[in-house]
Amino acid sequence: MYKRLFPVLAILIALALVLSACGGTTTGEVKTVVETVIVEVEVPVEVEVEAAPAPAVEGILTRVLERGYVVCGGRTDLAGFGMLDADGHNLGFDIDFCRAVAAAVFGDPEAVEVVPLTAADRGPALQTAEVDILSRNVTWTASRDAQWGNFTNVMFYDGQGFMIRKDSGITSTDEFDGATVCVTSGTTTEQNLSDFFRQNGMEYEAVIFEETPAVYSAYEDGRCDITTSDKSQLASVRSGFADPEAHIILDITISKEPLTPAVPHGDDAWFDIVKLVSFALINAEELGVTQANVEDMKSSENINVLRLLGVEGDWGYTDLGLTPDALANAIAAVGNYGEIYDRYMGPQGISFTLPRGPNNLWNEGGLIYAPPVK
Amino acid sequence: MAIKEIEQDLLRPPQPPGPMRWIRENLFSGFINSILTVLLFPAIIYLLYQISKWVLFGANWQAVSQFPMLFAVGQYPRDQIWRVGFIFSGLMFMLGISWGRWGGLLKSIALAAGSFLLLIAVLPVQHPQLDMTMRIYLGSTILLILVGYLIGNNTRLKNAIIIAGWFVIPIIGIVLLAGFEASERIPPVQTTLWGGLLVTFLLAAGGIILSFPLGVALAFGRRSDLPVVSGFSTVFIEVIRGVPLVTILFMFSIILALFLPVESRIDRLVRALMAVTVFSAAYSAENVRGGLQSVPLGQIEAAKALGMGKLHTTVFIVLPQALRAVLPAIVGQFISLFKDTTLVVIIGINDFLGIGRSIINSDPEFVQMRTEVYIFMAVVYWIFSYLMSLASRRIESAMGIESNL
Repeated sequence: MYKRLFPVLAILIALALVLSACGGTTTGEVKTVVETVIVEVEVPVEVEVEAAPAPAVEGILTRVLERGYVVCGGRTDLAGFGMLDADGHNLGFDIDFCRAVAAAVFGDPEAVEVVPLTAADRGPALQTAEVDILSRNVTWTASRDAQWGNFTNVMFYDGQGFMIRKDSGITSTDEFDGATVCVTSGTTTEQNLSDFFRQNGMEYEAVIFEETPAVYSAYEDGRCDITTSDKSQLASVRSGFADPEAHIILDITISKEPLTPAVPHGDDAWFDIVKLVSFALINAEELGVTQANVEDMKSSENINVLRLLGVEGDWGYTDLGLTPDALANAIAAVGNYGEIYDRYMGPQGISFTLPRGPNNLWNEGGLIYAPPVK
Repeated sequence: MAIKEIEQDLLRPPQPPGPMRWIRENLFSGFINSILTVLLFPAIIYLLYQISKWVLFGANWQAVSQFPMLFAVGQYPRDQIWRVGFIFSGLMFMLGISWGRWGGLLKSIALAAGSFLLLIAVLPVQHPQLDMTMRIYLGSTILLILVGYLIGNNTRLKNAIIIAGWFVIPIIGIVLLAGFEASERIPPVQTTLWGGLLVTFLLAAGGIILSFPLGVALAFGRRSDLPVVSGFSTVFIEVIRGVPLVTILFMFSIILALFLPVESRIDRLVRALMAVTVFSAAYSAENVRGGLQSVPLGQIEAAKALGMGKLHTTVFIVLPQALRAVLPAIVGQFISLFKDTTLVVIIGINDFLGIGRSIINSDPEFVQMRTEVYIFMAVVYWIFSYLMSLASRRIESAMGIESNL
């Protein structure tokens, strides 16, 4: 009898131990601890684990300097943002940001290790400081900021939009009533879609697929009138269609997706450095400093350019322990904000073409804005 | 006289039937079968025609043909690629030696591998990743197989040394792949850069080699008289078997990281290997336990009567019979482990499938070629799974296990 009970007892004890560790407080009595697991379904599935408080992470900067390279949480499977070339190099908008940080800290844009993360493990990877930067087209939300880490500065304003066939005759969302819409299942995209139609008092018929590519091939085959996703993705998909010109992406945006690099909680100096690099890239575009002319610009007449490149004044490098030309190195490594954007998504971009729209500089009608570097 | 003729007829070994007879016996043996043959034959021909038409002309294999290196080794730095080449050549050399020594299936594998390499080496196409160096490398690897064959066939190398070689070369290989901290020539290569078939094989082979002894230990543990040992083994096996592999991968990849301090973080690839090993060990343990139960008690009693100790009885009497009984089940388990390694994609490891997905999604044009990429990957997985099942059949027949396949 005792022998039979043993495994059951052992399981109970193991469970009790795990649960009490999660709860944090240990009391003498047996108590039921409910572990909350919020499952937010994104592509493909995202599990936010609310477990023990993340181990205290201090001195990320010290660790980065000791290690000699930056560990960057990225991805290898999204055109434009994080992808691979035939020789296995990491490319993309998000990856270039990590390279800029590495160039600022070490003067070497190659001092980066890109850890491919999935939607499911990107949060925990940041929480546990397994990565020094998370630059993996993550939408900045309040809860993620509280739970995952510190979000630096919005690098890309994305938002959910609609793509329709040109010959469908639809010109605005007012004519959407009764349309069929191709969409991925179980994502926030699907939810935004239903919210949008409900708010506008319109009916629609959803054609739902599990896999993202299936959604677009169904749309291209004409099985639905409309497809919806983040605008950058729509642009990317459209460029792969047999006849991209036959499709238009409507101007309307129905959700806010500010894609932002994040760093783990607990090290303000590191947080500042990463933020400063993003400021520098944006300011460089504003001031006309490019990858090609960064050396010449060091003898510019413009005082703001000289400050940015560390020729005059101190933009904070002494306090952060960097070299005066750290930001200049970052710009020399990957170019200014506009150059990075155009490299992947500009008119001659490697991946696809997406008009800058909200990702224009603030003084050119966009939302990209950064505090001055001085 | 007549009797003698009949006897001779019986003594003659059965002749393979002539083609006409084979057709008559197998395709037109009855009315219904004849009709089925007549109906299905054109259908099959048509299907084959359509498939080959698509494969040769309809499909766009660009997304596959453009990235052979990515599929093979993932992001492994191209200037350090000689390390992978070194290991591959080493394994091919071992294959050659084993072919020379044992022949059989190994001969077929060695010949197939050799002709495949030869085919690539002389492929009349311009490809940036198939330059002269690569062709010469492939050619010399074929030579290595042949040299290995001659060595295995003509020298008196001990079998044990050959088997040891199969274990030593991969171990040297992994050390070489990882590199050395203080070395200029062989700098460390982070495992995040390992990928493609390299990682698939590493996870599968590592999982198989590590999980098997663990599984045997757990199987004995579960039958142990000591309550702590048997309790632990039972809990371990039942907990792991009661949870899907995806969950265990998440456990090792995410939860483990939450509890360990940053400094003592285990490498991501090692964490995945641990998860795969633990999962496979629990299943192997139950397979082996089934085998242990099938050994009649009389065998153990006989061993005792001969004065054999417990260790000797286990190692020389019980285990060989038990493993023999469950070999097909264990090989089946290993084949499924090989395919299960694809699940590591969800924890961000770019194994063969992960690389394929990355390629498909890395360019809008390749999204349109995803069918071709997935078919290519399916064929590769099938080839290796089928090889494993062929090998297991040979081992079974060598061990005298009845098989009607």
